[in-house]
Amino acid sequence: MDDQRHILSILVDNQPGVLSRIAGLFSGRGYNIESLCVAATTDPQISRLTMVTVGDDAILEQIKKQLNKLINVIKVITLTDTPFVQRELVLIKVRAKTEFRAEILRIVDIFRAKVVDVSLDHYTIEVTGTEEKLKAIITLLQPIGIKEIARTGAIALQRDVKPCKPEKKAD
Amino acid sequence: MEKKSTAKYTGAQILMKALKDEGVDTIFGYPGGAVLDVYNELPNTDIRHILVRQEQGAVHAADAYARVSGRTGTCLVTSGPGATNAVTGIASAYMDSIPVVIFTGQVPTPLIGNDAFQEVDIVGISRPCTKHNYLVKNVNDLARTIREAYYIAGSGRPGPVLVDIPKDVLRSAAPYSYQKDIQIRSYNPTYEPNIKQLQKVIDLIQAAKQPVIFTGGGVILSDASAELTRFARACRVPVTSSLMGLGAFPASDPLWLGMLGMHGTYRANLAVSSCDLLIGIGVRFDDRVTGKTDEFADKATIVHIDIDPTSIQKNVAVDVPIVGDCRITLKHLNKLAAAQKPLLDDKALKDRNKWFKQIIQWKEDNMMGYDQKKIIKPQYVVEKLFELTRGEAIITTEVGQNQMWAAQYYHFDKPRHFVTSGGLGVMGFGLPAAIGAQVACPDKTVINIAGDGSIQMNIQEMMTAVSNNLPVKIAILNNGYLGMVRQWQELFYDRRYSSTNMEAAPDFVKLAEAYGAVGLRATRPEEVGPVIREALATPKTVMIDFVVEREENVYPMVPAGSPITNMILV
Repeated sequence: MDDQRHILSILVDNQPGVLSRIAGLFSGRGYNIESLCVAATTDPQISRLTMVTVGDDAILEQIKKQLNKLINVIKVITLTDTPFVQRELVLIKVRAKTEFRAEILRIVDIFRAKVVDVSLDHYTIEVTGTEEKLKAIITLLQPIGIKEIARTGAIALQRDVKPCKPEKKAD
Repeated sequence: MEKKSTAKYTGAQILMKALKDEGVDTIFGYPGGAVLDVYNELPNTDIRHILVRQEQGAVHAADAYARVSGRTGTCLVTSGPGATNAVTGIASAYMDSIPVVIFTGQVPTPLIGNDAFQEVDIVGISRPCTKHNYLVKNVNDLARTIREAYYIAGSGRPGPVLVDIPKDVLRSAAPYSYQKDIQIRSYNPTYEPNIKQLQKVIDLIQAAKQPVIFTGGGVILSDASAELTRFARACRVPVTSSLMGLGAFPASDPLWLGMLGMHGTYRANLAVSSCDLLIGIGVRFDDRVTGKTDEFADKATIVHIDIDPTSIQKNVAVDVPIVGDCRITLKHLNKLAAAQKPLLDDKALKDRNKWFKQIIQWKEDNMMGYDQKKIIKPQYVVEKLFELTRGEAIITTEVGQNQMWAAQYYHFDKPRHFVTSGGLGVMGFGLPAAIGAQVACPDKTVINIAGDGSIQMNIQEMMTAVSNNLPVKIAILNNGYLGMVRQWQELFYDRRYSSTNMEAAPDFVKLAEAYGAVGLRATRPEEVGPVIREALATPKTVMIDFVVEREENVYPMVPAGSPITNMILV
């Protein structure tokens, strides 16, 4: 099968060196990391690492096995196998000359984004969403003049696997 | 109510106590500034310290000690260059899955990251070549970390674990307690295989016309040789092995096919290429064994038993994957096989006999051999060593032609008797390994089969052998070349022997004498036997310089990346 994009959610011990173990595993075996986000979970001893990687089925299987082999890795979940929610965050600093200010705010409104910083000649906009949504707002703001951009990788969680029962209608 | 001890010990004392509790009786090491506190404590214990002459030797020796004794090896080196010198040894142990715990000294914690004198980030450097590693920043964590290190090194798929201890941690104090049972949340090796999968294996064996078992170092590491032998004999399946698996199945058994792969036997390579069922046990299907993977055992249903799931499906596509310990799995398989009455019906037995006939035919078509004329053939030396030690010696090897001739012409009937750097292929491995093996088995004859190039990579360890009264024998197959590289140059680079001529060499006899060992030499075939006899009768370190045929090649040979049927024969 051709290369596919996979999102892995990895629970690891929250200890120094764990991230470099994981990154080292990827570089040492020639696998690519497209994005990586990591932060502690509600249990401060455990961190959740969300990683986007690319590869065929055989590569994905090796990645999962190799990750599981690391002593500090507690659990590896391939989110692309199950329903999941995924978000990325981007901060966009855009030129905001008087004639464009209203247009920018309209775009911000359409995308349910937020202006988080403002000055005489710029807005900084915060947007969260899927990769496609972020791509779309960036495309719209590009002609106006993006000064700087900071973007996280994807973070993702599995959807609750319990099926939702439809509520009984009141008679 | 149990009273908890409140006595405090320094980090160095804790290390000694922990080693005692782990049952460590020998450390291979080299002192330095960062580990002086440990060396100061060593004389207070009955742990034997073998002072090597270079840290790489310490790790190889600990590695060989582990291989022949079945216990985890231990070494101790200082920070900076001490630690970096150890890296080759660590990487070799990692590739061959050998349980070794390496303690490295580190600069005091306040200096870490400041480019202090003799500081290196050895935890960072060794990360890709250790099973796990630790930097201990608090003396209160030291005892638990050491316990974890030994547990991780010796369990599951074994491997080296490094523990880096800063000098101030060795000097600060904490209470000590030994926690025998240990639980690491994210580390739970699978020992018990899935029984349903095992029944499939039995079914496949019953249906197979041309089955082969292919074993690796995992069988030896898990002490599964007896179970394997029982299994192969009961199911009447011929056995081949990787270099690391030699000795797991008796070479004197009629079911033995010889080694597989690049320098494997003609019959083993052909048998695997035409088998309809291949049962891999404790092997990782290394490229030196498979050759071109697309054509490796392409007619066979492949079963793969391994404790490490990452080994399964990594190099070859497997039809029946089984994750589990080799010994436990084979035990279950033997039970399942015994329950089948009969295990093989008349038709199956008929098929097997046909298969054996074919294998015998292949053996007759290409008998491994050489023609001993006026100049000593290296194969002859190895055969003589085998004959005169009655196959009882522990053989260590360097890397190259010497290693392959040792594998081909010394026939191993028992496990833990062949010690070689299989995965990493480290020249300079054999002599320190012989030292480690001799320390572990003082009553055994230990012989390092070496090349004149390899032996010079860690020849300083002669002094370690002599000063510890270790009667290891070093048999140098001296052809004045880096033999295996020269062989490749001959076959694939139109005989351009670029930088492989090693004629400029020391006088090995005088060199042995300079170290206080015994030096012997044989230049004619008729001298080989007497010289070996003399060496075996000498209770000292002996180095024998066998001046052998210069351009002898190792055959059969499969060019790298070719199918294993594509053998260059004599």
